[in-house]
Amino acid sequence: MSAPGTAERDPDRDVVVTGMGAITPAGRGVAATWEGALAGRTTAAHDERLAAAGAPVAISCRAPAVDVDAELGRGAQRRLDRFTHLAVVAVREAIAQAGLVADDPDRIVDVDPDRTGVVIGSGIGGGETWETEYARLAAEGPARVSPLFVPRMLSNTAAGTIAIRTTARGPNLTVNTACAAGASAIHVARDLVRSGTADLVIAGGVEAGITTIAMSAFAQMGALSTNPDPAVASRPFDVARDGFVMGEGAGIVVLESRAHARARGATPLCTVAGCGASADAFHATAPPEDGAGAALAMQRAIADAGIDAARIGHHNAHGTSTPLNDIAETRALRTVFGDRVADVVVTSTKGVTGHLLGAAGAVEAILAATALREQRVPPTANLTVQDPDIDLDVAAGAPRDVTLDAVLSASMGFGGQNAALVLTPA
Amino acid sequence: MSDDLLTTFVDLLTSDFGVEAGEVTPDATFEALGLDSLDVVELTLALEDRTGVKLGDEDLEQVRTVGDAIAKVEERRA
Repeated sequence: MSAPGTAERDPDRDVVVTGMGAITPAGRGVAATWEGALAGRTTAAHDERLAAAGAPVAISCRAPAVDVDAELGRGAQRRLDRFTHLAVVAVREAIAQAGLVADDPDRIVDVDPDRTGVVIGSGIGGGETWETEYARLAAEGPARVSPLFVPRMLSNTAAGTIAIRTTARGPNLTVNTACAAGASAIHVARDLVRSGTADLVIAGGVEAGITTIAMSAFAQMGALSTNPDPAVASRPFDVARDGFVMGEGAGIVVLESRAHARARGATPLCTVAGCGASADAFHATAPPEDGAGAALAMQRAIADAGIDAARIGHHNAHGTSTPLNDIAETRALRTVFGDRVADVVVTSTKGVTGHLLGAAGAVEAILAATALREQRVPPTANLTVQDPDIDLDVAAGAPRDVTLDAVLSASMGFGGQNAALVLTPA
Repeated sequence: MSDDLLTTFVDLLTSDFGVEAGEVTPDATFEALGLDSLDVVELTLALEDRTGVKLGDEDLEQVRTVGDAIAKVEERRA
């Protein structure tokens, strides 16, 4: 990779997005998710399953149910955890849009499967499987544990299943940077395409970890909103925010070089112009107050894109609705943009979707890409009184029509792992 | 061969394994019903709930069809 500005950029080698797929609490499909984001209506709701299990917080953002055996084939319910189901659903949409399927919705055609990679981010993997099988071990003993526990639970099963279904035999990786995993996966996938290691990569993030043990632990950390009213629990940047709302879902993109897309007649949707990664090297779960690690990831993504930061008109924030994150992210944006931060229209779609953990970065990249294409920024749901310490231009109340030339999306994971993406027009 | 046991296999395979009832015959191999070796182990867990008989690894080595499995359960009960 050349340092920014030192080499003439060859647009044919740019990595572009040619397909996008999603299943999120806002709906099934990218269109439904985008419409939900534009409407600014939260999806957080009382969660009967969590309440019945005695979870200390029984508010969540669940993605739509999938009729697994009917849609994904016999045995898919039993053999695969929900996180893999969600991944397969989102992959189908993405590869269909990319023009990679014929009759079989899973199988890719017209590209070399040996040069097609898969990179999936997930923070937890098969969380429901862990919980169910551990309960069985405790209650009934080791002889009753399902042999399918291992393939259901392993966090690399989503990527492996995508390979089995699509026939993609290129590099197959699972990336875990916790809540940054979806964005990190896109970064790794972009590098595989740019280095020529793969012609095309199916990439994104997936999570389905709304379990009693996860809710209990996140509640013990004080990370979850305990707002008694689910409708206003996820409220990024608001002065009354008190934690995140747990969500689930998947976001998937298809990446390839512009030349490869053109050769097969695929339509680029946007360009993954820059990717940045960093570590806080600070604390297991808390960000540094100044958001220095997040700022580094953003600066690296902008430098990697080789553009002036002034071109960036929109930031899809990590914006989890926790007191600590939203302040640290504000300071990171100040570090990156200085006083010009006033020209960046910020939104957190987590007000609508809740926090999709390992899927968040990918779903938010898809929403940022759609904002760029539609020249429209979705509002931050439930933002009624902006925290005075968050001196950003945050879209609230209604979608904001903005002229956009480049957009930023950033994700910060527990462990202090940060990822940022800069997207520019196709 | 026990009709009761065949009914048990039909129930288990249709409810938990997505197999069509008409496919479950004594001659049907588990492979043809879409069950791999891990699935068959899982089937033995459900079978134990219903019959109290647990087929182990050595039993499964000789089991290819539904009829083979029924015979093994009957052998264990005898």
